[in-house]
This record gives sequence, C-alpha cells and structure tokens, in this order.
Amino acid sequence: MSATLEKGLNAFKEVIDTPIASYFSSCVHCGLCAEACLFHNETGDPKYTPIHKLEPLRRVWKQEYTLLGRLGKMLGLSRPVTDAELTEWEPLVYDSCTLCGRCSMVCPVGNDITYMIRKMREGMSASGHAPEDMKAATTRAINIGSPMGIKWPAVQAQIGHVQAETGIEVPVDVQGADYLVLMSSMEIINFPEYLSAISRIFKQAGVNWTLAPDAFEATNSGIQIGASDLAREIVSRIVVAAERLKVKCVISPECGHAFTALRWEGPNLMGKPYSFDVKHILEVLDDLHRAGKIKTKGKDKRPLTYHDPCQIARRGGVVEQPRHLLGEVAEDFREMPDAGVMNWCCGGGGGVSANSRAEPLRLEAFKVKKRQIESTGVHTLITACANCRIVMEEGLEHYHMKVEVLGLTELLAEYLVEGE
Amino acid sequence: MNHLDLLTFARGSALDLALIIFVAGVVLRLFEIFGLSRKPDLARPRTDSPGSGWRTMLTRSIPPQGMMKREPVTYIGGYVFHLGLFLAIFFFAPHIEFFRSLTGLTWPALPSALVDASVVAAIVALFVLLAHRLSNPVKRLLSTFGDYLAWAVTFLPLLTGYMAYHHLFVEYTLMLALHIFSVELLLVLLPFTKLFHTFSVFVSRWYNGDFFGRKGVAS
Repeated sequence: MSATLEKGLNAFKEVIDTPIASYFSSCVHCGLCAEACLFHNETGDPKYTPIHKLEPLRRVWKQEYTLLGRLGKMLGLSRPVTDAELTEWEPLVYDSCTLCGRCSMVCPVGNDITYMIRKMREGMSASGHAPEDMKAATTRAINIGSPMGIKWPAVQAQIGHVQAETGIEVPVDVQGADYLVLMSSMEIINFPEYLSAISRIFKQAGVNWTLAPDAFEATNSGIQIGASDLAREIVSRIVVAAERLKVKCVISPECGHAFTALRWEGPNLMGKPYSFDVKHILEVLDDLHRAGKIKTKGKDKRPLTYHDPCQIARRGGVVEQPRHLLGEVAEDFREMPDAGVMNWCCGGGGGVSANSRAEPLRLEAFKVKKRQIESTGVHTLITACANCRIVMEEGLEHYHMKVEVLGLTELLAEYLVEGE
Repeated sequence: MNHLDLLTFARGSALDLALIIFVAGVVLRLFEIFGLSRKPDLARPRTDSPGSGWRTMLTRSIPPQGMMKREPVTYIGGYVFHLGLFLAIFFFAPHIEFFRSLTGLTWPALPSALVDASVVAAIVALFVLLAHRLSNPVKRLLSTFGDYLAWAVTFLPLLTGYMAYHHLFVEYTLMLALHIFSVELLLVLLPFTKLFHTFSVFVSRWYNGDFFGRKGVAS
C-alpha cells in the first residue's frame, strides 16, 4: 500500500469527529497552549505553538465540514492542503510533539490538542509524511515483533540471566495465570533489572504470573506514527495471548505510550471491550503494597525525585501510586516543581526518541527537565518509563549532569525483604 | 429617511432578520459539530467520574497553576473583557427591558454607573488584548483576518453603546440606531466566526473533561 496525498486527506476527513469539530470551533487563537509546550518554552519559536501544528487538519475540517468552508471551496477561495505543506508540517507534528498532553490541560476553551495531533498523524502517515525512523520502527514492529527488532530468543536469554541471578524461575506460557507481564524493547535490551525485580517482588507477594512468547512486547509504534490498522495488529497480539492464557490482568511495563496503547486505545482499536483488565505495573505494585504483600526493609538514604511519565500520569491517571511506593523506600523524597499531572515531558515521548532527526530539538527541550531536577538538588532520579529513562540519561549526559536514573520497580526490589 | 425612521428600521425588520440569521446560524453550526458524531470509548474508565465533563465546563475558567504568571495579559485581559461585556449585555436596565419584550423574562438591573464602568473596562481590555495580539509572536502567528474581524464587531457595540449612553458626538436617536445595527452585525457574524466559541466552548470543555475524567485525571 503506497502512501498518497489523497489517502492522507481521506484519513484527515475520517478522523474528524464531534470533539475535534468542537475544538476547532472553539479556538480563539489566544496562544496559551504555547506556554504549556516544552518545545515552545525552550526554543521561544512560535511555530511550536501546539494549535498551529494542526493547521492543515483545521483547514480540512473547515473546507469539508462547515457550510462557509464548503462554499469557499466551491468558489475556489480556499487553499487546499498540499503535499508540500504536509512536508513542511511533518517536523511540527512529529519532531516537536511528544503527545505529552500539557496543552490539553491548559487550553481555556478545553481543546484536547494532544488528541487532535494523535489523530492528525493518521493522515500524515497515510500521505507518506511520517519520519523515516518511525516508519522503520513500525515496520520492524509488524514484521519482527518489536520496534527494536528483538525476538523471543533475546527474551529467553534474559530469562536465563535472571533465573541464574535470582534463583527464581520465570514462568512462561502459564495457562490461567492471574497476570500476563509485558516488557518494552528498551527493558529487554537496556534494563534487564526490570524482569529481575518483577520476579523477586512477585515471588514474595505470591503472585501467579506469566510471560508469553507470542506477546512479550508492550510498545506500539502504530499509535506513535498514527497508523491505526498497524496499531490494531500490534495490540491484537497481546489480546490474543491474554485470551489464550485466560489471564485476569495484563500488566503494562514501565513504558508510557505502551500503557496508552494498551489501556486506552486498545479496546477501541480492537472494536470491543477487553475480557481482562489492564494495569500499569505501578498500579499492581501499589495494590500489592496496600494488601501488605510486599515487605520492604530500610530506606534509600539518597535524596531523590520522581519524574512522572506523561502517559502514566497526565494521560494515564497513575499519580498517587508512585508516591505511596516511594514513601515506603525513600527517606528523602523531593517533588520537582510542576510534579504530577502538570509535570514536564522528558522530551522523547510520542515517538520523538525514535526519530533521530529530532535529536537536537529534543536535547534543547530537555533544558526544562534539567531545571526541574536542579531545583530539587538531587542526584538520583526515579521514573516509571524506560523510554523517559533512556531519554533523560542522554539529556543528563549531554548537559554533563551527574544524576543516576532508576526505575521505580527496581528501586522497590532493592529494599525487598527476601528469603523469609 | 430621518433618524427616527432609521431607529425604527433597526429595531424592527433589521433586528428580526439579524435574529433569524443568528438563530439559524447557531443551529447550523451545532448540527455541523454534532452531525459528525463520535465513536463510543470502549476502554473501561478508571473510575466512574460522572459529571467530569460538566465540571470542566466551569473549572476551565480558572488558570492552571503557574499559567497566570506566564500570561497575565491574556488571562486578566480575558477576564475583564468577558465580565465587562457580560454585565453590559445582561444587567443594563434598557437591555433587560429589551429581553423582557423578547422573552417576557425580567431580572434586576445593576446601577447604570456600574455598567458604564464595566463597559469602559471591557473596552480598555479589548485594546490591551489587540495590542498583545499584534505584538506577541505566538498570537501574531495564529492571527488571521477573522481574529481582527471578530475584534471589530465585538468592539463596535461597546463603543456605540457607550457613545449613545453619554450622548457623545452623534445625535442620540442616530447613535442608538447605530448601536443596534452594530449589535445586529455581531449577531449575524457570531455563528460564522471564532465568536461561536460563546456556544462551542461548553461542548469542547465537556469533551476535554470527559476524556480526562475517564482516565482519572482532572475534575
């Protein structure tokens, strides 16, 4: 299937629904969304104003779905959306938007601009105007099973290491397990600590869990690039495995957009509600902790802070859980300014970190995170998204900051009381 | 046609026509929006948050933490303008009399001096916001002819109303006719410009509140 302008414009027409029509109708060009956007804030360039990134989609809405717009189009008074324009907009829609959702929180007329960018990407990818790196990642996710090209044997190798290290058997393909555990490519390649931590915590808590060889990858390049058909195919692997194993709950790993893909978009992509629950790992850990099933001993003495991943907190509603867990294992936990639902993005969400062209801009946008971290005075940064983690590690290195980044699950596992 | 004839026309057939276009335009625009429909959200909401959309209709009027400091001109200018305009439209005694003649409903008026002050405040705010639109790089980039048109047709009723009330420059009957014409221009253009946010803001805020509410965030 080749991408054409016509397909892109049709996709634009298809994604415009009542909410989007109300959003475009309500915009008064006040520009407040620019103040919420990290790319505008750190560069000062007005072209990064969130609502401006939607200009081609707005014109399609006006020309197709309003009487005046249609009249204008018939009379040849309106400017049609062209390939050249979409080429110009590609970096605005992909490189300078992490789908972080801050603009949607501040828009005074209530426009969910992030929702619109997500929808606009459907037309951008259908017309061939998606970044090459993201196309390649999506192709790998479809053909190989993972955007980073990882296959099950790589997971098996990691399972071997974890079993050798912990002495705990990692369950695979267990029928009727309560939980199906997923991972992100990033965790498989860069952060094996996650699987090790999960094994240890779940052993202590007596959790009946499993991995599945046909559904170990939680990430979904399809929703980042904006290709719902591909996103559906990727999410359906997890749904099929969860139904096959008859699990009660699928656990989304420490990854932001995987949670959005699986928890919020998944049922809509599949066209039916799930027969199982989806929880983020922090929700599961908090539930276990409240039930008294996780016993920890001692507290981390290092001053530390927590970075709320956008898709976990602002777009996902998991805000209190990490604070409960940190309260248990951290002696000197300090909140960053704007922490919680108004936290600033690491700069690499929404596929930006997979897009090498966006790297200079991403590092520029990281300055806000740098200031946030510096204001707390800590040298240990906890988060719950492997992508945020790698993006922040790169940013910290770029700005020569001596700050260690850790996943919350692995921090918790460090203070676990074991062998009782 | 003398001034009185003009006023009679403004109050009579011109007003009828303007009201018809206004009502038909608003209905059309709402049809354009709701006619598109949307797919039901099949993801199980985190918590049943009944009323999140309705609450957001109100709570979005309050700036999120830190935003007032970043954009005081937009927020304060916006508040002063909207409040001033609202008081002038709905709490000026002659306006209430007009609404009573139209709908039969009536309510207490504010003292004229207070309404007068709110009009002056709204006019000042409009000029501050216009200057900001022309000077702020973000607003300048976003602005189109429609923004300046919307500004002008909002400003004219305030200006003509103020001039009529104070008997400034132009003969009163003529000024009153001009005031009514300017309101009619506003009514005719409202559904077809960004001024339609007067209505659609409640729709967009509702959806925003509903989306975030389902995820357990915001109101």
